[in-house]
Amino acid sequence: MIRYILKKFVIMLVSLFFLVTTTFVLMNAIPGSPLQSEKATSEAVQKNLEAYYGLDKPMIEQYGIYLKNLVQGDLGISMKKKFQAVDKIIKESFPYSLKLGIASVITSIVVGCLLGILAAMHHRKFIDNFAMVIAVIGLSIPSLVMAPLLQYSLAVKIRAFEVAGLNGPLDYVLPTIALSAASIAFIARLIRSTMIEVLNSDFIKTAKAKGLAGHWIVWRHALRNSMLPVVTFLGYLTAGVITGSVVIEKIFAIPGLGKFFVQSVSDRDYPLIMGITIFYAVLLMVCRFLADIAYVLVDPRMRAGGKGK
Amino acid sequence: MNFKKVLSSAMVLTLAGSLLAACSNNNGNNNAASPDTGASPGASASAPANNAPQEFRFTLASEPPSLDPALMTDAQSSIVASGLFDGLTRLNSAGEPEPAIATKWDVSEDGKTYTFHLRDDAKWSNGDPVTAQDFEYSWKRALDPATASEYAYMLFYLENGEKFNAGEITDASQVGVKAIDEHTLEAKLISNTPYFVSLVAHYTYAPVNKNAVDGKPAWAAEASTIVSNGPYLLKEWAHGDKLVLEKNPNYYNAANVSFTKATISLVEDESTVFNLFETDKIDWIGAQAGSVPSDQVPGLVKEGKAEIKEIASTYYYLFNTKEKPFNNAKIRKAFSMAINRQAIIDNVTKANQTPAFGLVPASIAGVDGKGYRELYPDTGFGSENVEEAKKLLAEGLKEEGMTAIPATTLLYNTSEGHKAIAEAIVDMWRQNLGVEMKLSNQEWGTFLETRDAGQFNVARAGWGADFNHAINFTYDLIHPKSLNNDGKYENAEVGKLLDEAVVAADEKTRIDLIAKAEKIAMQDDTAVLPIYYYTTVTMKKDGFEDVVSDYAGHLDWAFGKKTK
Repeated sequence: MIRYILKKFVIMLVSLFFLVTTTFVLMNAIPGSPLQSEKATSEAVQKNLEAYYGLDKPMIEQYGIYLKNLVQGDLGISMKKKFQAVDKIIKESFPYSLKLGIASVITSIVVGCLLGILAAMHHRKFIDNFAMVIAVIGLSIPSLVMAPLLQYSLAVKIRAFEVAGLNGPLDYVLPTIALSAASIAFIARLIRSTMIEVLNSDFIKTAKAKGLAGHWIVWRHALRNSMLPVVTFLGYLTAGVITGSVVIEKIFAIPGLGKFFVQSVSDRDYPLIMGITIFYAVLLMVCRFLADIAYVLVDPRMRAGGKGK
Repeated sequence: MNFKKVLSSAMVLTLAGSLLAACSNNNGNNNAASPDTGASPGASASAPANNAPQEFRFTLASEPPSLDPALMTDAQSSIVASGLFDGLTRLNSAGEPEPAIATKWDVSEDGKTYTFHLRDDAKWSNGDPVTAQDFEYSWKRALDPATASEYAYMLFYLENGEKFNAGEITDASQVGVKAIDEHTLEAKLISNTPYFVSLVAHYTYAPVNKNAVDGKPAWAAEASTIVSNGPYLLKEWAHGDKLVLEKNPNYYNAANVSFTKATISLVEDESTVFNLFETDKIDWIGAQAGSVPSDQVPGLVKEGKAEIKEIASTYYYLFNTKEKPFNNAKIRKAFSMAINRQAIIDNVTKANQTPAFGLVPASIAGVDGKGYRELYPDTGFGSENVEEAKKLLAEGLKEEGMTAIPATTLLYNTSEGHKAIAEAIVDMWRQNLGVEMKLSNQEWGTFLETRDAGQFNVARAGWGADFNHAINFTYDLIHPKSLNNDGKYENAEVGKLLDEAVVAADEKTRIDLIAKAEKIAMQDDTAVLPIYYYTTVTMKKDGFEDVVSDYAGHLDWAFGKKTK
């Protein structure tokens, strides 16, 4: 177990280094510069700017300086948002994305599992079809469409919710629905198919034969086994929901990190691009790392295998 | 079998129950929330006229990159800064300078020395008095290469300003600005510049407080450290979310400041901005403070809910005049004549823009209180005539020894609006001239680099005013030496006229010279292909007065009020 975790950890560090290097190179390779603007500036002004941000140094030296600062935990200062430290931008904006992300993950799991279980237990009956229609709708309407639709119908026409912002608990409802619709559908379908399979397997039949109560079977045996793929998916989902809320953040004017990420790229704000990329990468890696560990904990076979080594 | 059925029905019941519970819960919340949101607009509308809550709320699409006057470059920042900082003068919404920190000024005979007399009751938000020394410090700071100000060139009018910025001289005392005493500021200019009084209203010339700024580069990045001298104070700056400004009780002209609070939310999405307006969460859209969704504009204007105002910006296409086929003036002219500008405005842009044949928009001032375009209309610069265009194209091709227009590309920066215009224009060229032109779009940063490098045949461009003078649209766009002349248009005569205009002894002569240069470049040479002069579409809630789009198309709100 410890060896397994250690191994994963080292791989994480190595991939992080590659990621930093690749991002740095790619970012500098794309045309455009953080110092350009629509109105041309004189050469002297341009030179002053380059000197100020150290962009007049050779690329390899800039890279060295960046790595050195990075190791010391210094992500630098944004070039476009004058004098705002990158770590501060992340620290201030990420909680919004995180809160929304967590709300969506919980909603996805709870609603997705319920729909999936219901559908599996009523395999090929009305409830099954109904749940799967909902799932297909959730999967096929992109959040880009769903979000404005929800906003217009529930916030402008009915005025049950606020159009934008994240000030009260009610403000979470619309963005959470828009953000979790697809993953609800995905989880529901996942649970349904594995559950149908599990419910027909020998050990469930044995359990039934032994006279175990029905709900106990579903809860204790079937669900637990059906959860395995969901747990794997959870790592991706968590990271995906937190990083992938750019559209939702834009439409509901949520001051989250996604907005800054997109903007940093179009601004060519080098330190901010690097900072947010690294942050997202670490987050993604940690999520997957935790999912891996959770997998070990949930699946007895993995535990046994780990011990065997 | 039996027990499975029982179990499943039980599950269904529980689930149905919980869903119902969730629904009713939701309904409960709905009911609780809706009277609240529904009532507030009604309540504010029925409030008595004289004590209407004096709050003004609007949105900006992106956060001001900086609120340090020396580092600001964009419209968003300038809208916020107009509330926070007060310069020597202040432009009214027509773009005319009015006394602010300077109560009066004297100009020397040769027009090169300005002496500003400052009021003695202006204070910084930290309590310090606003002095001439502050201005001297601020202007030199903006020019200092160590400050790395992008807009430092706005101060190149000062003697030795450019040299100091380029590091050619290191002694700041040689720069042409000096505090004679606490309330007298002397500015020495490189040439007679009558619009200098307007220039000092620009944010790059705004003062900063030395105690708050010196050695603290991040002073303007947080509400807690910013020190300002304008009608409002920055109370809160939640990055990425909102800015809250409150009335400055110590402002010398506080009696004329009506709003007690201004809330500026940062909202990028156009339809969200519109929905916020519809649900009474904001009071204003337009003039760089949010924009009305373009598909809604015609309907809203018809209903009288939105207003259209002309602003000082020009939408045009650049020709690469250094490469075939657009090195030929006749071919350029043919392309300009072969499009129908009004049709583009009516069917594509739909915001009642004015077809453009010149460079300088109508809201730019001329002389003697008349607009530049009133004095020098652009109607004679070009016409739209397909037959004439075909003839010119044939002549032009012959001159170049070509038989047909080679494969060319029209480059624009990625945006639905620019795309629609480009498609319409390329279609007109195809139908009217039989010319096939490819379309290519690039993301903004890439586009700028490609355009700067001259790697295009035809490229989209737009130019907005930095200050209210025709020189800003001519020298910058068609002078052979201008860095913004991306089509590399070169006509020595135009260059000479504009050089003379810069140092002209009086304003009438100057404007005349500028008009001559513009006429040569546009009528004879078709240096660029002007398409339209921009407008801005604005919406405001009832009861708000004196919140307008200024001549340049920026929201002017600081001295607005709510009357009911």
